Amino acid sequence: MSAKDARAVRARDEVTPASLGLGEAQLLDMYYYLRLARAVDERMWALQRSGKAAFVISCQGHEGAQVGTLYAIDREKDWLVPFYRSIAAVLVKGMPPVEIFLMQLGKATDPSSGGRQMPGHYGHSRHKILSTSSPVATQTLHAAGIAYAAKLRGTGEVCVTELGEGATSEGDFHEALNFAGIHRLPVIFLVENNGYAISVPQSKQMAVPAVAVRAAGYGMAGVTVDGSHVLRVYAAARDAVERARRGEGPTLLEVMVPRLTAHSSDDRQEKYRSPEDIARSRERDPVAVFTAELSAWGVLSEERRQEIDARIRREVDAATELAEAAPLPDPATATRYVYAEGPGS
Amino acid sequence: MPEQRYLEAIRDALYEEMARDERVVILGEDVGPKGGVFGVTEGLYAAFGEARVLDTPLAESCIVGVSIGMAANGLIPVPEIQFADFIHPAFDQLVSEAARMRYRSNNDFGCPITVRVPYGGGVHGALYHSQSVEAFYAHVPGLKVVAPSTPADAKGLLKAAIRDPDPVLYLEHKKLYRLVRGDVPQGDHLVPIGPAEIRRPGRDLSIFAYGLMLQEALQAAELLSREGVEAEVVDVRTLRPLDTATLLESVARTNRALIVHEDNRFGGFGAELAATIAEEGFRFLDAPPTRVCGPDVPGVPYSPPLEEWFMVNAEKIASAARRLVAY
Repeated sequence: MSAKDARAVRARDEVTPASLGLGEAQLLDMYYYLRLARAVDERMWALQRSGKAAFVISCQGHEGAQVGTLYAIDREKDWLVPFYRSIAAVLVKGMPPVEIFLMQLGKATDPSSGGRQMPGHYGHSRHKILSTSSPVATQTLHAAGIAYAAKLRGTGEVCVTELGEGATSEGDFHEALNFAGIHRLPVIFLVENNGYAISVPQSKQMAVPAVAVRAAGYGMAGVTVDGSHVLRVYAAARDAVERARRGEGPTLLEVMVPRLTAHSSDDRQEKYRSPEDIARSRERDPVAVFTAELSAWGVLSEERRQEIDARIRREVDAATELAEAAPLPDPATATRYVYAEGPGS
Repeated sequence: MPEQRYLEAIRDALYEEMARDERVVILGEDVGPKGGVFGVTEGLYAAFGEARVLDTPLAESCIVGVSIGMAANGLIPVPEIQFADFIHPAFDQLVSEAARMRYRSNNDFGCPITVRVPYGGGVHGALYHSQSVEAFYAHVPGLKVVAPSTPADAKGLLKAAIRDPDPVLYLEHKKLYRLVRGDVPQGDHLVPIGPAEIRRPGRDLSIFAYGLMLQEALQAAELLSREGVEAEVVDVRTLRPLDTATLLESVARTNRALIVHEDNRFGGFGAELAATIAEEGFRFLDAPPTRVCGPDVPGVPYSPPLEEWFMVNAEKIASAARRLVAY
């Protein structure tokens, strides 16, 4: 592999729907998913505050990174290896809101885990979303393995895996990028950099200004994008997917996102973030930014916005009701599936 | 039935499974053109190509973690950890990921990987090329752990592990590679994961062992027999899931249990065997379940007299057996 393979890819700051070939229907669909993810997330917090769910880990602020990236892959064919903030990503990948609430409430019919895992640990084989754990960055190696299998089997699949910037300090992150770079695998490492690993700021996580510069060390493309603008993310992700499909290997795609909530429902971010910092994050909200952009482009009238938002409210309400009515798991099932169960066992 | 070495039996199992099923891939350090540091994968690279016999970066968490992803996307990986001593960086991937994939996804995903792990002492490998790691992994629900002691089992258990839908840690003793020969059934010889095997029947005590220690236990039984003590030697061979029934049936016949492993004594796998026999077979016992294990020092020391002091052998097993029978 030559030195020219280690390259920084410039993000495209000036993107327009026309330059990306996106029509009105696609733009409104992206708006729908951004807004849906936000509404689902807000409902998760309401369920937690009303005592129905023990824990929330939020996607708020990350929606632009996730919708922009997931919109660039083939949602049927390609893989997602998510992390705990992947609410928008799993929605775009095909999981309906009710399946997120079933996990939130620990219900027997939760397709991610049957009520076994904490909220935020999504997985769903039918949607090609790999089951997730809590140790950070372990999943990046799984993504590299999925991509290796795709290449060996000639399936043409691309794998996207998500992680935070804190997880890039783990050894597994290095090992995954190294392996993926060596084999030029069709995988995208989507680092959603919200500036904090729980309370620890990026400046205490790494000595470099951006995660993406590390791509050079692995012989892969690296790019940093502003996650407040979903179309800029989409543009960068589409380039990454095209590189992967052409056999040009992995991309380290770093998306700068605001963290609009505390780390989780067990955290108080006022202890380590200044009021100004939190206020600045609000100004970078990808949902608000895209709403304003669509309005300025004449794509989203006030009437249409209200119509979509009302539809989302109805969907989220209906999903909540379904999930709340679903049965809790029976402790008698807790010993099942430690190992595969043979026929008749 | 040709006679083969333990190492050759392992290689045959790998070759046959790769030829049978194109989803089977091997990955690890030096497994490619070199054929592994012990020569176990010799010839496989030439036979199946570099895409299915991968030389990986020198990174154990990578080897296991990538295998988990490969398994999720339709392959059947057989990763090799060069020495058991170097498996520790992969602990998280094995325990948090491989072992829990099926349980945490409520059976939505499985993890059919077989991790080959050369282990054990008596090879002048000192602290970092001699370890036994079975206690760490046999503790973990979701993992299966096997440790064959004969060439026939080495082949049959490996083929069964590769065909198993769950993650299997396959512990192959380095000293056995070229030490033991035995008849190995050719073709599709499978030894099911689970059942223990009585290698030598006896009436006076039961000796439970696996891996290299099983061979030492058989020699001890030979020594004891000359003195009129008939030891029953039980090859545990699958550590998890454990064949409790065969263990208890043996103790019911002999009323005495001697448990042997070369790993350290404290919290070792033998403690589980002793506890199980004491809890479930107390009424059969004429003497306390007794362990013969490696001493509780942090590793096998290098210099020959030190290594000999550490290693459990037939003499040490026989003297513990004499004391137990005299109890």
